[in-house]
Amino acid sequence: MLPIEVSALKKHYGELKAVDGISFSVKQGEVFGLLGPNGAGKTTTIEIMEGLRERDGGDVKVLGFDPWKNGYELHKKIGVIPQEFTFFEKTTPKEAIIYYADLFGIQVNPDEILREVLLEESAKVNFDSLSGGQKQKTGLALSLVNSPELLFLDEPTTGLDPNARRAIWEVIRSLKAKGKTIILTTHYLDEAQQLSDRVAIMDHGRIVAMGTTEEIIQQHGSGERLEIHENEKLAEYIKANTELKVDYDKGKGEITIPLQKKIDALAALAAAEQSGLEWGDIQTRQDSLDDVFVKLVNEPVGEQGETAPEEKASKKRRR
Amino acid sequence: MISGKRIFSDFKVFSRGYLRNKFGLFFGLIFPVILILIFGAIFGGGSTGKINVYAQNLDSGPFPTGQNLGTGFLEALNKSSTITVITVDPSVDFSKYLADHSASDGILIPQNFTLDYAMSQQVNVTVYGNPTSSTSGIVSGTVSGYANYFNLQRFNGTMIIGLASATVNTQQTKYIDFLIPGLIGFSILTSPMFSLVNISSEYKKTKLFKQLSLTPLTKMEWLISKMIWYVVLTIAGFLLMVGVGIFLFGAHVAITPWLIPFLVLGPMLFASLGMLVGTVTKNPETAGVIGNIVTFPMMFLAGTFFPISSMPQYLQTFAHVLPLFYVTEGLNNAMVYGNINNAIIDIVVLAVITVVIFALAVKLFKWRED
Repeated sequence: MLPIEVSALKKHYGELKAVDGISFSVKQGEVFGLLGPNGAGKTTTIEIMEGLRERDGGDVKVLGFDPWKNGYELHKKIGVIPQEFTFFEKTTPKEAIIYYADLFGIQVNPDEILREVLLEESAKVNFDSLSGGQKQKTGLALSLVNSPELLFLDEPTTGLDPNARRAIWEVIRSLKAKGKTIILTTHYLDEAQQLSDRVAIMDHGRIVAMGTTEEIIQQHGSGERLEIHENEKLAEYIKANTELKVDYDKGKGEITIPLQKKIDALAALAAAEQSGLEWGDIQTRQDSLDDVFVKLVNEPVGEQGETAPEEKASKKRRR
Repeated sequence: MISGKRIFSDFKVFSRGYLRNKFGLFFGLIFPVILILIFGAIFGGGSTGKINVYAQNLDSGPFPTGQNLGTGFLEALNKSSTITVITVDPSVDFSKYLADHSASDGILIPQNFTLDYAMSQQVNVTVYGNPTSSTSGIVSGTVSGYANYFNLQRFNGTMIIGLASATVNTQQTKYIDFLIPGLIGFSILTSPMFSLVNISSEYKKTKLFKQLSLTPLTKMEWLISKMIWYVVLTIAGFLLMVGVGIFLFGAHVAITPWLIPFLVLGPMLFASLGMLVGTVTKNPETAGVIGNIVTFPMMFLAGTFFPISSMPQYLQTFAHVLPLFYVTEGLNNAMVYGNINNAIIDIVVLAVITVVIFALAVKLFKWRED
């Protein structure tokens, strides 16, 4: 049995199709990243898997449970950090851990959990006095109280500074090393690339690409290319004297030559040398996940909040 | 399945958080005591209860200076239990003087008062009054009483009908005695109600309820833990308020076991009602407004600051649909009037309302979203 099996999942809010028939599964011990711009349907998807939202269609099995119908049993076996995690203002991380342990009816060593999420030094600080990163770590700590095999982390680093983000990454890596299965949503591409075994890129409620980041880049990227900073004259010379496809970007002043084989680069450079013309910086480059993401998702990634449903819906209608 | 252990651990975290938050503590415990101090000082034993009245004596008397009957009349009034006379110089314009001093009452002794009295000729003492002021009736009544006494004296008469005073109750019921149950009712209403409206709408907004729904804690356990806390807080507030009332203002209130149902059911009811308001409204702002709409009529119309018997009939009828009415009426019955039979009726009504509101709150309150 796979920890997570989702097929043809659907959820709409009024007119807006938040999740539009997606299917995927997650293997034991895997870190699975759900990637996408704000409003793509990531949080809706993850909340349906957590049993916090009811689905409108399709099938979802989490650890063998139907998350909506058997949420109460499921919640004893999973750990969750919701988006923008908050807690009781006047409660310290250590008290929060003891509280959760009491609720789950289990014995834990709070200090050990605090050490695991690198939060020992703030163990006795009230939640409302913690920094953003420490608050997220408190969330992580609470999600670990019931020693779950499966963790859902919904944008665990959104709004954090680079150091705090890296600290959270470290914790997530150590959890992965312990063999926990982790579902991670993020709109930071580097985060997905750093942490995930496999990612699914979502846009407008659909999965537009899925696989390891390498697979996705290979499938949807444009492959390796040679870039030369020089004028149009050189571009035309290379085009005329080789079999290669040559693109010229006037704005950037950049010649781009897609490389079918490595040896193509040599032919291009030989032609450039032969031309007797000046030529500037050269580099070979491959599409990054960023490039692929921008190509697949037809709107830029916003940094602030979710796209309003109305706005989203009207965009849909226009298309 | 309700677990006492989970309720206890939630209670522990909530009460600790509450005690660490100075605002909550202020509104829960200090504010009711301040109310008692303020209202007690205004209406309690601190003042002599005598009304200050300006008086001008134009009596020229039989002699150009010194003693005359007008002076004697004002001195007699000054010795009454109701009036303190403040004499105004005869040279000033009296009605203008009263207006300038925003005085609602005044007494004017005419020029030939002594002479006319001696000659048994009709002479009038003028009493200035304001029909909208409650003191005017007392002033004119007192002046009229003394005028009668002086009239009798003129003909060497004696009083045949005297006056002895007694109050309805076995003990004297002072305003503070009525005020204490009212203010206890007030704090039973406001503290749990406002807190739960705020908490439930905030937790919904910040998704804390969702967070809690991922633990084995159930929403009923959560609400019960809040209720227990507000019962504890109410009892602490009750002891403080009664202590201040008795020791500072000499209130006469009975402390009986019959008070316990009100101190338990009251906070349970208003915690549930607050939860209900927070649950059915969309955001904290709307919740606050609806909370006030529900709370304010109860604050003033359920017999908190003054008895509902002093209100017009239609408002008295309205008061009977306000849940707080049964708390304040019941507390009054038990603490002030010693009327346990009526208090039991209030307890029954209160219990029914509490069960209904609690059930409704638990049913409509959602941890998760559809």
